[in-house]
Amino acid sequence: MTDRRLSRRDLFRLGLAAGPASLLASCGWDGGPHLAPKLHAVSKVNDWVGEKLFLSADRLAPQYPRSQRTAPRDFPAYSISHPLPVVADPAAWALEVKGLVAQPQRLTLAMIQALPRVTYTVKHHCVEGWTAIATWTGAPLAAVVAMAQPTDAARYIRFDSFDHGYFNGWDLKSAMHPQSILAYAWNDRPLTPAHGAPLRVYAPIKLGYKLTKFLTAMTFTAERPGGYWENQGYPWLGGV
Amino acid sequence: MTNDTGPETPAAQPEDDAAAVPSAATAPSTVAPGDAVLASVPVASGVAVAPGKRPLVHRHHWLVRVTHWANAVLLVGMIGSGLQIYNAFGHFGRRGGPFFPNPFDGKPFPRWATLGGWLAGGLNWHFALAWPFVLTGAAYLLYLVISGEWRSLLFRPRDVPRAIAMQLYYLRLRKQHPPQGKHNALQKGAYSFILLLGILSVLSGFAIYKPAQLSWLTALFGGYELARYWHFWAVFLFLAFTLVHVTLVLVVDPASLRAMITGWYRGRFPSHD
Repeated sequence: MTDRRLSRRDLFRLGLAAGPASLLASCGWDGGPHLAPKLHAVSKVNDWVGEKLFLSADRLAPQYPRSQRTAPRDFPAYSISHPLPVVADPAAWALEVKGLVAQPQRLTLAMIQALPRVTYTVKHHCVEGWTAIATWTGAPLAAVVAMAQPTDAARYIRFDSFDHGYFNGWDLKSAMHPQSILAYAWNDRPLTPAHGAPLRVYAPIKLGYKLTKFLTAMTFTAERPGGYWENQGYPWLGGV
Repeated sequence: MTNDTGPETPAAQPEDDAAAVPSAATAPSTVAPGDAVLASVPVASGVAVAPGKRPLVHRHHWLVRVTHWANAVLLVGMIGSGLQIYNAFGHFGRRGGPFFPNPFDGKPFPRWATLGGWLAGGLNWHFALAWPFVLTGAAYLLYLVISGEWRSLLFRPRDVPRAIAMQLYYLRLRKQHPPQGKHNALQKGAYSFILLLGILSVLSGFAIYKPAQLSWLTALFGGYELARYWHFWAVFLFLAFTLVHVTLVLVVDPASLRAMITGWYRGRFPSHD
């Protein structure tokens, strides 16, 4: 029968098409040495789209009533070092603001707490897919940027920590978003070591891995800084 | 089908399954396919024709065929990388729970079902394949609209009684195959459903991708956790559709497989409305 013969040949053709597709999915393949860099190149395009098209200072992440907060014991806290890194002498700690700036700064915690104060209860988005709600309090990153007066060449900020070299980079546009802060309080209490004491970056417009804890320095750069996870393949922008 | 039923007679009803086809093949067949007599077969009435007298019709535009197969392959990649991403946190709901019902709750998908190797690999595949997936989908939708082809595909209220008739026929509660155009009403329902599913998958994907910048969209899906939940269930609806789709193509109308590859169809339902 004509149909049967056709269908057998067509089945063979379908098999030819489906073979590579199923192979692709069957081995947890990351793309290999040739495709993986290309995927990373597309990721850079997505970073550009995320910054230029999606990100807007006018669009704020939704806020929640305090009653919706996640129970503190259920709020995960990741760090690279174990045990948790703890600053030895809090009085000696200070944030270095440097790089392509007209006015480098050395800010103590008291100085940062004297800046305008932002408090919000927002949802935390982890790249893994979980979410949790907490209240964060801190100084707007924009206020620190204004103090430091970045030069025209400055395009990025690199955040460094004392957590085993954990660092990452931000675009200036995200840093200037009104919900981007240097946080020193979590759920109305001083930041605990688990959440990055004495100071961490926080913003509900970025994934958790972009929110560097245990801050030591912020450096303005012209070139895009990498990042602890970003250098291993995570999307660089990490914007939500 | 009786022997005194001429090829021009609309009463030439199709047999309902492949097993019945050989008996139809014994019907007198003195005219070659493509013959002038065949051209008078009232295909527009939507009645299927018997084998041996089937006209060869061009059924699928190249754009439809390319986007169909491209999306089939891309969907495999999207699902594989999506399951890799799921494996990083196998629950739906905020930390601390309660979590939405999920038979796969807390269970990782096996490596053979995933693409990317680890979370970052899965993310990079997912966000790279999303481009061609959305672009081919959009190209296909645009083609449907511009060509007017949507008329033969979109399930509309008037298709409800036709779908019921078709279902009765499949259940053998109705003897005659209901008249149909390019697709029967159940097919229209299935293809409209899969288009809607594709659109909802893309939209829920954006809702998960940018829950702060597109918070209005995320809210439409009931929030981030529910958007992620629907996005996940779309996988199983896609898989269920594919299983039924491939089975029906092979069992009911294998000629349609050739049509989706070469564009040319010589099968039981040559009408082209």
